[in-house]
Amino acid sequence: MLSKFQIFKLGLFDVAPHLLSVVPFGIIFGAIGIELGFDPIMTYATSLIIFGGASQIVFLQLLSGGASSLIAITSVGVINSRHLLYGAVLSEYLNKLSLIKKLFISYFIVDQGFAVSNIYFKKNKEQNFNHYHLLGSGITLWICWQISTIIGIFLGSIVPETLGLKFAIPLTFIAIIINELRKLDHLMVMIISGLAATFFYNAPFKSYILISPLIGLFAAYLILKFKK
Amino acid sequence: MTWTSIFIAGFITYLTRMGMITLIDKDVFNENFRKILNYVPSVVFPSIIFPGILLDDFGTLVAITDPKIYGALTAIIVGLFSRNVILTIISGLISYWFIIFFL
Repeated sequence: MLSKFQIFKLGLFDVAPHLLSVVPFGIIFGAIGIELGFDPIMTYATSLIIFGGASQIVFLQLLSGGASSLIAITSVGVINSRHLLYGAVLSEYLNKLSLIKKLFISYFIVDQGFAVSNIYFKKNKEQNFNHYHLLGSGITLWICWQISTIIGIFLGSIVPETLGLKFAIPLTFIAIIINELRKLDHLMVMIISGLAATFFYNAPFKSYILISPLIGLFAAYLILKFKK
Repeated sequence: MTWTSIFIAGFITYLTRMGMITLIDKDVFNENFRKILNYVPSVVFPSIIFPGILLDDFGTLVAITDPKIYGALTAIIVGLFSRNVILTIISGLISYWFIIFFL
């Protein structure tokens, strides 16, 4: 039987390969925040308070582009709704924990941590203290995200504007969804959402960011129906 | 105002994390709803990617020869082959910089 600390360390080691993408992504986010005109403290605060990479970029990009707060906040909620799926899967393994522990662990649930800890949970269903694996992976990711954001904020303030670092935003999102591009249904939904966003871009309050995903989700719904 | 937005966005994000673990019965989501949720990244991110490449700072369509289009195509090709997040971003940026600074 492994000790709590040993399981925590396993979480740390399992998630370590993912740091290769998390750290540069954090640096890019910090630099983009400064490039978009936000002050260092505000840029960093999103990493501490929201702690959700892609949603932080969208949030700052929308606000800097003149979107209303309501639109920016709703977009963050939509992007991070995938956590609901993670929670649904993890709840099976965390249901014996006290409410306080559940509330604490929840803050550290992110994509990469969920991916590695879910694999560990499936393999070690009988093991006690399994949640320490999620803490190990989550806290490791959290520390690296905070530090890399700070490095990015520093670099962002010395990178010249002529480099057009804002172009890193669409590139970052291309990288995030690149694997879904191989699936025909996802590809169709992406093209529909993307074209809708381009078409509705000048809609009031930057509401294109909510209109186009809704159109895309409707297309996904039709595709799912057609598949049946 | 921005600070308030950050705190509300943070709170909502936290709710998405803890909601299913502490508050909601996980069976409340039926299979169809879960399937639809799987498409969320595929509908949200292209909504940022397409305008980010196809439109300029004033919201008008860019020319087909715009460096951003070539940068994005490079990133897609490199990404499909390498499956590497950072390589995808860097290749797009380098090809973009190459066009705006050297061509």
